[in-house]
Amino acid sequence: MADAQRAAGIRADGISKRFGDFVALDDVDLAVPSGRLTALLGPSGGGKSTLLRIIAGLDTADTGTVVIDGQDATRLPPQRREVGFVFQHYAAFKHLSVFRNVAFGLEVRRRPKAEIRARVHELLELVHLTQFADRLPAQLSGGQRQRMALARALAAEPKVLLLDEPFGALDAKVRKELRDWLRRLHDEVHVTTVFVTHDQEEALEVSDEIVVINHGRVEQVGSPNDLYDRPANEFVMEFLGPTTRLDGRLLRPHDIDVFADAAPGTVPAVVQRLQRVGFEVRADLRRTDGDQQTFWVQLTPGQVETLDLAVDTPVWVRPARRAAVIEPALT
Amino acid sequence: MAATTTTPVRPTRARAGRRPLPPGVLPLGAGSGLGLGLVTLYLSILVLLPLIAVVITSTEGGVAGFVDTLTNPAVSSAIVLTVLSALAATAVNVVAGTLVAWVLVRDRFVGRRLLSLVIDIPFALPTIVAGLVLIALYGIDSPIGITLAQTRAAIFVALLFVTLPFVVRAVQPVLEELDPDVEQAGASLGAGRLAIFVRLVLPNLVPAIAAGAALSFARSLGEYGSVTLISGSLPRRTEVASARMLSQIENDNLTGASVVAVVLLVIALIVIVGLNLVQRRAARRG
Repeated sequence: MADAQRAAGIRADGISKRFGDFVALDDVDLAVPSGRLTALLGPSGGGKSTLLRIIAGLDTADTGTVVIDGQDATRLPPQRREVGFVFQHYAAFKHLSVFRNVAFGLEVRRRPKAEIRARVHELLELVHLTQFADRLPAQLSGGQRQRMALARALAAEPKVLLLDEPFGALDAKVRKELRDWLRRLHDEVHVTTVFVTHDQEEALEVSDEIVVINHGRVEQVGSPNDLYDRPANEFVMEFLGPTTRLDGRLLRPHDIDVFADAAPGTVPAVVQRLQRVGFEVRADLRRTDGDQQTFWVQLTPGQVETLDLAVDTPVWVRPARRAAVIEPALT
Repeated sequence: MAATTTTPVRPTRARAGRRPLPPGVLPLGAGSGLGLGLVTLYLSILVLLPLIAVVITSTEGGVAGFVDTLTNPAVSSAIVLTVLSALAATAVNVVAGTLVAWVLVRDRFVGRRLLSLVIDIPFALPTIVAGLVLIALYGIDSPIGITLAQTRAAIFVALLFVTLPFVVRAVQPVLEELDPDVEQAGASLGAGRLAIFVRLVLPNLVPAIAAGAALSFARSLGEYGSVTLISGSLPRRTEVASARMLSQIENDNLTGASVVAVVLLVIALIVIVGLNLVQRRAARRG
């Protein structure tokens, strides 16, 4: 990769931050490539929002440096970082119309009126809010408010766009819609984007790259498929999706093959419970050899029918060939 | 954050001679009808009837009597002095009160609670005690060498003293409720501290400031106890309207006193309605 390209995007090196005794970030390094959509994924209180706020200059790190688009921003105030920030609870300017909200960043930069009008209309079109330009934020739905906040953050053409749990305050259906929409928007606008989320499905679906953060440390960095197929440790594996344990090994419940008869490498088990959830059947199984360990398998209704499964049916199981597996820690 | 909720429109039975109720408002039951009646009666006896009585008394000298009273130099200068002092004190309160509220809410310092307590003292003191306090400090033998007794400045200071808490206490809770994200969003969009305050914070404070200003102005118009001691109530120089009225009443000129009262009443109404409009315009946006 050329040096110029490597310089673009965001680099944070050796970032540490404490709030009293609580260590929010512990010597974290982060490199966000230019023009990509990166997710900071992790449980609440893991430090991901703090990291985002440090990049934006809304919090200051105790140690470490922040470089945005090749420029050292560690000591820059938020006003001069050229960062667009979207808050979980919209942070709408309630007394200003949608138009004026979006225009704010341009107005404080004293851009010519005509230019502001053109740019705001362009952005309102991008976020499908043109017909709401004269409304007040209170007259918009949550999803519309967040789209307004996004247009506002993009108005002054920031070098990077940072979103802090942008869909966290919305209900499930709107969240799903906005997620798809953010992906399409990013494909159009191509601004380097980092968004914080605790929803692994959101991260897997939307982002080019995922940075998993827990207890103030980076657990793993990679593409969604990398992380799902080759998790670095039990935490990442468990955080990215359902897991179960067979022979002490952690694996995905859809990565276990079930047979009606014994096959090479299989172990015997018996069905304890079958529960259908939509297009998925959860089968709770118990091994009938060794330690009688229980585990569960994710099947389709079709598989259940083919195998003729019912409670107390004996089966044979083994991990699927390409299963992502975390071996038990050697102690 | 309140999402816009659409209230389901209740089918309201149209009753003859009544406007349909706005959606979401339940029609009055027998119990609340009685309540409304009692409240109206109570307010009438307490507020409306005495006001009407004053207005009627003020017209007993006819139009000529009204004009005579107002053109009396002592009366007119008292009214002008009162209104100007009240406006000046309120203007200062708008700025200083907002500032004090800001410091109380945003700054963390030793003695913050104590300061918060001190602010209410002028309001809680009996006004004549406030007058004594001011005399002790700014009287003829002022311990700090500032003698304001018998000056117009004394009136201004006395009014500032007794109206200190109004704007502070109106603004403080609103400031506490402001979403800090809004200011951070402003900063991230490139606005400096001043622009953030003027464009993003202040508009949200305007209704509260207006409400505090209305109270401060109304109190200033009628203030007697704290003002009269230190001002000396010299006619045409340091006599406020309330002091003028008292001397009119002492001279058996109840009609004249009522004329002054009505003028003060009208001025107070104009200012309070005006500030109310400011509040409503701002509230409509919220």
